[in-house]
Amino acid sequence: MKNKSVGIVKTEYCTFAQPPHELPLECGRALGPVTLAYETYGELNNEKSNAILVCHALSGDAHAAGRYHQTDKNSGWWDNMIGPQKALDTAKYFVICSNVIGGCRGSTGPASIDPKTNKPYALEFPLITIADMVNAQKHLIDYLGIKKLLSVIGGSMGGMQALQWAASYPEYVASLIPIATALKHSSQQIAFDEVGRQAIMADPLWNNGDYYGKSNPERGLSVARMIGHITYMSDTSMEEKFSRRLREKNYSFKFETDFEVEGYLRYRGENFVKRFDANSYLYITKAMDYFDLSEDKLFPHGGSIGARFLVISFKSDWLYPSYQSQEIARQLKIRGVDATYCEINSTYGHDAFLLEAEEEARLVTHFLNKTYRILT
Amino acid sequence: MSQEKVSFDHRIITRIVDAGAKVLDLGCGNGQLMLLLVKEKKAKVQGIELSEQAIYQCVEKGVSVFHSDIDSGLTEYPDNSFDYVILNESLQEVKKVEFVIQEALRVGKKVIVGFPNFAHIKARVALALCGNAPSTKSLPYHWYDTPNLRFLSISDFENYCATHKIRILQRFYLGKKRLISFFPNLFALNSLFILSKNGH
Repeated sequence: MKNKSVGIVKTEYCTFAQPPHELPLECGRALGPVTLAYETYGELNNEKSNAILVCHALSGDAHAAGRYHQTDKNSGWWDNMIGPQKALDTAKYFVICSNVIGGCRGSTGPASIDPKTNKPYALEFPLITIADMVNAQKHLIDYLGIKKLLSVIGGSMGGMQALQWAASYPEYVASLIPIATALKHSSQQIAFDEVGRQAIMADPLWNNGDYYGKSNPERGLSVARMIGHITYMSDTSMEEKFSRRLREKNYSFKFETDFEVEGYLRYRGENFVKRFDANSYLYITKAMDYFDLSEDKLFPHGGSIGARFLVISFKSDWLYPSYQSQEIARQLKIRGVDATYCEINSTYGHDAFLLEAEEEARLVTHFLNKTYRILT
Repeated sequence: MSQEKVSFDHRIITRIVDAGAKVLDLGCGNGQLMLLLVKEKKAKVQGIELSEQAIYQCVEKGVSVFHSDIDSGLTEYPDNSFDYVILNESLQEVKKVEFVIQEALRVGKKVIVGFPNFAHIKARVALALCGNAPSTKSLPYHWYDTPNLRFLSISDFENYCATHKIRILQRFYLGKKRLISFFPNLFALNSLFILSKNGH
């Protein structure tokens, strides 16, 4: 594993869709002004042909690589994939990552101030979709002067955005790398999201979404996150990580944290509420549930697509099982699209797209090399 | 790639395939043949392969591949999607042989089938005189580690095509380094057939 980092990075902001030119949304409403928080790594070449857009998952943000300052303990969420000589080689490519709209990490979302009321939007924020997120990203790409992205890559909800780029802006992408994702959420995936939302909404502090400046619904959000974490792991990875190990020597015979796995989930839940807005969780999970590019919808303009695809799934991922990636591959076969599909043998479950960097990097590195050779 | 490294069967297949052809390689392994077809014939290639490690090697070569078995891998493709469908050294490892051949003939205008000849003289001697399961240059495995599920000879396959009304457009009987014309079912190590649907 290479340890080279992109170094110290800074989040930047791009604001557009100033009224009366708001961003039209799929729900029929419009949003404006819209701010996108984004980071870039590497240099955009003169031809502007080396740009890669990285799309984050449900709880991710624009901080995909590097550190904010010298003593920063945490690097970006995909630091093992982005950097000099890594899969997304910043010595060669210009890598962009932006926080989705509806998010809470610098981009316009339910916690942002509604210019009409000068108060946080809360539930007045319109319901957004994956297509809306991508439309917002398109503004950023235009702002950066990029006519064609070398690739759009992402795992989970990030993969949905990559697929949406193919559907919405096929002429703007040379390749797409959807990882551990699906053309649509299954009933099971919607069900897990709904339990997470119900956990938040059942917290009295949620107060119909109107909690800004008061107490946050931390209990509800942390339970939602705990459920999420269970679905991101596999039976095997949990067994390896925790088994039935106890925190103390003996059972407490009280409703305390006896098992390591309980402590882990609580820790994860408690940490999450420090950085994530409960309403954003509601909006973003709903956007994932609404997402549906199944059957012909991946190619709404008919015909085929010139872009190449690399589709990756993980064997132990039961939240986004391989059959869903195979369905993407099936649609690409029907259309005769130049595509590669690989199911990586991993025990990490859905989390594998963040953790199984070696195999993933091997595929992505060579796929991007080839795409870059074709494009330049 | 140096000429020496190219195997005999790959050389013949590369000669057969027209420039710029659309090719589907079923059981494409590490992508060696596909890369050759891209380099020498500017072919548009797509592979299907079951081994994860082989997928990495294909991607490293820059050729596209689907990670799938070939017993279920073709139903999505419309009829005549490819100029050639290649089943080289993979037919003998397939479970649903007849279905795969029919599917290959459906999605490909032509099908190239290559397999090791089980009736090679060495194999016959091993079985008939030594009483051992055959092991030859083209069938290098032991009974306990062979990936082969099928053991067929050249004449077995020719009979199959005749009874199933599959048209053989061309056939090649391969020795170690040259083509065999004298009693191929006895002396050929491998064979290559170019097939088409009847009436085409």
